[in-house]
Amino acid sequence: MTTWPILSVLIWFPCLGAIVVLLAGNARPRVARWLTLAFTVITFALSLVMLTQYQIGPGGFQLQENLRWIPGINTSYHLGVDGIAVALIVLTTFTSILVIGGAWQVIKDKVHQYMAAMLVLEGLLIGVFCAMDALLFYLFFEAILIPMFFLIGIWGGPRRVYATLKFFIYTFFGSIFFLIGLLYMYHRAGSFDLATLWAFPFTMREQSWLFFSFLIAFAVKTPMVPVHTWLPDAHVEAPTGGSVILAAIMLKVGTYGFIRFSLPIVPDASQHFAWLIIVLSLIAIIYIGYVALVQPDMKKLVAYSSIAHMGFVTLGLFIVYMLARGQNDAQMAELGVQGAVVQMISHGFVSGALFTCIGVMYDRLHTREIAAYGGLAKVMPWFAGFWVLFAMANCGLPGTSGFVGEFMVILSSFTANPWIAFFAAYSLIIGAGYTLWLVKRIVWGTAPTPEAAAMPRMNAREAWVLTAFAVAVLAMGVYPWPLMHLMDSSVSQLVTHLMTSKV
Amino acid sequence: MISLNDLLVLVPELFLTAAACLVLLFDVFIKDDQRDATHWMAILIMLVTIFTVIHGQPPQTVTAFGGMFVRDHMAEILKVTVLIATILMFVMARPWLKDRKLFMGEFYSLSMFSVLGVMLLVSAGSLITVYLGLELFSLPAFALVALNRESKLSSEAAVKFFVLGSLASGLLLFGMSLIYGATGSLDLHTIFASIGTTPHLHLLQFGLVFLVVGIGFEFGAVPFHMWLPDVYEGAPTPIAMYISAVPKLAAVGLAYRLLEVGMGPLAGDWTMMLAIMAALSLVIGNVVAIAQANLKRMLAYSTISHMGFVFLGLANPTPEGYSSALFYAVCFALMETVAFGVILALARKGFECEMIDDLKGLNRRSPWFAGMMAISMFSLAGIPPLWGFAAKVLVLKAAIDGGMLWLAIVAIICSIIGLFYYLRVIKVMYFDAPAEGVEPLAPKPDLAMRWLLSINALGLIAMIGFSGVLFAWCQHAFGA
Repeated sequence: MTTWPILSVLIWFPCLGAIVVLLAGNARPRVARWLTLAFTVITFALSLVMLTQYQIGPGGFQLQENLRWIPGINTSYHLGVDGIAVALIVLTTFTSILVIGGAWQVIKDKVHQYMAAMLVLEGLLIGVFCAMDALLFYLFFEAILIPMFFLIGIWGGPRRVYATLKFFIYTFFGSIFFLIGLLYMYHRAGSFDLATLWAFPFTMREQSWLFFSFLIAFAVKTPMVPVHTWLPDAHVEAPTGGSVILAAIMLKVGTYGFIRFSLPIVPDASQHFAWLIIVLSLIAIIYIGYVALVQPDMKKLVAYSSIAHMGFVTLGLFIVYMLARGQNDAQMAELGVQGAVVQMISHGFVSGALFTCIGVMYDRLHTREIAAYGGLAKVMPWFAGFWVLFAMANCGLPGTSGFVGEFMVILSSFTANPWIAFFAAYSLIIGAGYTLWLVKRIVWGTAPTPEAAAMPRMNAREAWVLTAFAVAVLAMGVYPWPLMHLMDSSVSQLVTHLMTSKV
Repeated sequence: MISLNDLLVLVPELFLTAAACLVLLFDVFIKDDQRDATHWMAILIMLVTIFTVIHGQPPQTVTAFGGMFVRDHMAEILKVTVLIATILMFVMARPWLKDRKLFMGEFYSLSMFSVLGVMLLVSAGSLITVYLGLELFSLPAFALVALNRESKLSSEAAVKFFVLGSLASGLLLFGMSLIYGATGSLDLHTIFASIGTTPHLHLLQFGLVFLVVGIGFEFGAVPFHMWLPDVYEGAPTPIAMYISAVPKLAAVGLAYRLLEVGMGPLAGDWTMMLAIMAALSLVIGNVVAIAQANLKRMLAYSTISHMGFVFLGLANPTPEGYSSALFYAVCFALMETVAFGVILALARKGFECEMIDDLKGLNRRSPWFAGMMAISMFSLAGIPPLWGFAAKVLVLKAAIDGGMLWLAIVAIICSIIGLFYYLRVIKVMYFDAPAEGVEPLAPKPDLAMRWLLSINALGLIAMIGFSGVLFAWCQHAFGA
């Protein structure tokens, strides 16, 4: 065990980096870029150190730090990670490097502010995954909005102001009810500490109210179906880096919230309302899949496909109750949760890669219209190869990371109810439909315009970034065992916890 | 009988009185170009007063003049914050005043007398002291609002402030006379004690209503808020800054003294009145602020909504509730000084930063000031990790603990509405291009102001970490 607070370092080191980068000033974009890269790489290295220090066997929350924050309301600066959090933190630090690489020359205006916002965002996201105090979690959860607000608003597309205000107010609207829920829990339990809240026996009535206060917050963030409309706007208007962070990591904050709050704190209400989440997830998977099919804009298409994929995550998380409580099948329930988490990570890589690809194309033709592209296979053959790979991962081809999570979720939902599995599996068809059709229009055929035919090939930077994504996608697809092993004990502890009723 | 002990209790106030008179005299004998001496002298006096407040603070509550004057920890916190806010105002006001030929000695002596009024008010142990402090605070404040004699807007604001202020103190005085009639005493503790035995309970409740009106006026809570936007708009900007921060702190003290110390047994009556005023302030303040194009008017309506949040804490008559309200007021005062500080910094000779559109493209012109303003806006909106968030959590918690979940939900919904206009300021600064013909030069305020403003703004981030310490002080002040 270490004696130095590695989680705090992971959170605050990128934030420190942001200050340093800001000091570099607007006049020296080169310095700002290299500094940022250095900070993200070091953060990644630190997260690997954390990975090695996390002991898989015993599970539970490790590397804990606990400092007094506001003793008057019994809230503290309490950090700790379990296997799920460790995996998500490494995903964050890894993706951050690629995001910085992806935006290298694309961002030309106020580079230092852009890079600083990215670094702050990275630190805060790590904070969300580490927080073991509900108020601290909320602090990071909300604070993420600030850098993201600037990222979309300053460096975004033509309708960026609309998109960023919608994004901010929408998500704030969701999470503020979560805050009321937190304060109510404090009122009852007398502490904001998550461990206390997990153990506290809330009554069924309370649990139901709390469940919905959590649901509003996390459903908006995830996003789930009726409250997903901010996401396509935010994605379309965000700069490439913003889109990648948004899709790859920020959406996971919502589902992570389900894992940390809804499932363990209000297990009985979650069981009671699991049907609601399952129905909403299935709607997301099927209906949003169809919506994605008709999008003329590449970014919107991938954004909608993200919503559909997140539907798998929520499905995997809430199918657990049918298995664990309904059929007393803890093993299958664990499979569902694991599938959900694997899907979270895999979607991080795949959607991040797809948005990066779109960014590469956008930098060349400055349009996201699918119709403006064609014949990539001839114009940019290597790039077309990457496109096809990530598209396949997006529709869940075996051997890619996309397959593993979806398969696990479908398998566990089959045990719960074959019809749920049927509808969930249906998404594989739609997913293949919209993804392959996109590939057909962009990669095959002929270039519609002379500009599209004369697009320059990938440069080394783009190739490196995409290669890194590709390696991650394939590695997870072929050999997912290390990841599953990492969170094995944490997932089984979670499932054991939520099998016991609180009322 | 005045004993030496009584005077010792009053050392900070006595010192400030003498020093303010000294400044008044001193300023008469210096030339206009030596006025900086008055400026630094005033700041020095404020610092010494802070020192005397903190250094001479007895561990226990002490009273002087037969209970007319109380020196306790709540008064200490409020006094120190008021003095800090005034120092901030002095430093940030200097360049602005100089540019407008308003750099006069009166500004300093009037401000100091006004602060003295606040110090008396928050230490009041009887209705007389309350009234004395209130008037001593208000009268110089009226004059300060009218400092710029040439400006019609200022004069209008001053007259409005004066008329409505007099009306409010008249009502307060009327309420006090009723209470005196019902209990036969002006001493707050005696009133408290006799509430249980008095046969004139209805008279007392009738008087209470007028007290609440006076308090509501002091806070600028709906429906007694009408003066606030006009005064913010019309008053010279530094005075608007003063009015936005200091009376709110004074009002927390006023509310605690009158309602808890004096009328505690009637808490069932006044908490409901405060709760209704809180809900109205939250709704009207936030909704009307959206429609404002004038930055100061927007801040005025935002202030109204924030007073709703303070009431959230006060409406829970427990030490926890009061300490959260006190925390909120302290936090709010220091957020407002940043917002007004940036407005002052951007104003130049012949140009006022009046409209929200004047901030257009500020990030291109002066990223540092844009950053400061963004911090204060996010903090006012209560977004973590800024200080305003901690304050908001504490008052919401107090409301929920006090059984007012509905009020907390109203507050939450209103803060979503409020988010819009704070974000609009940030949007204008960061996402819009500078307007045509605006001077491209970044503002160059003097060094002291630049530093103090930066420390003040960065403090809004740093304080989230130290919220525990401050909250502990606030709790200690109310004996929790």
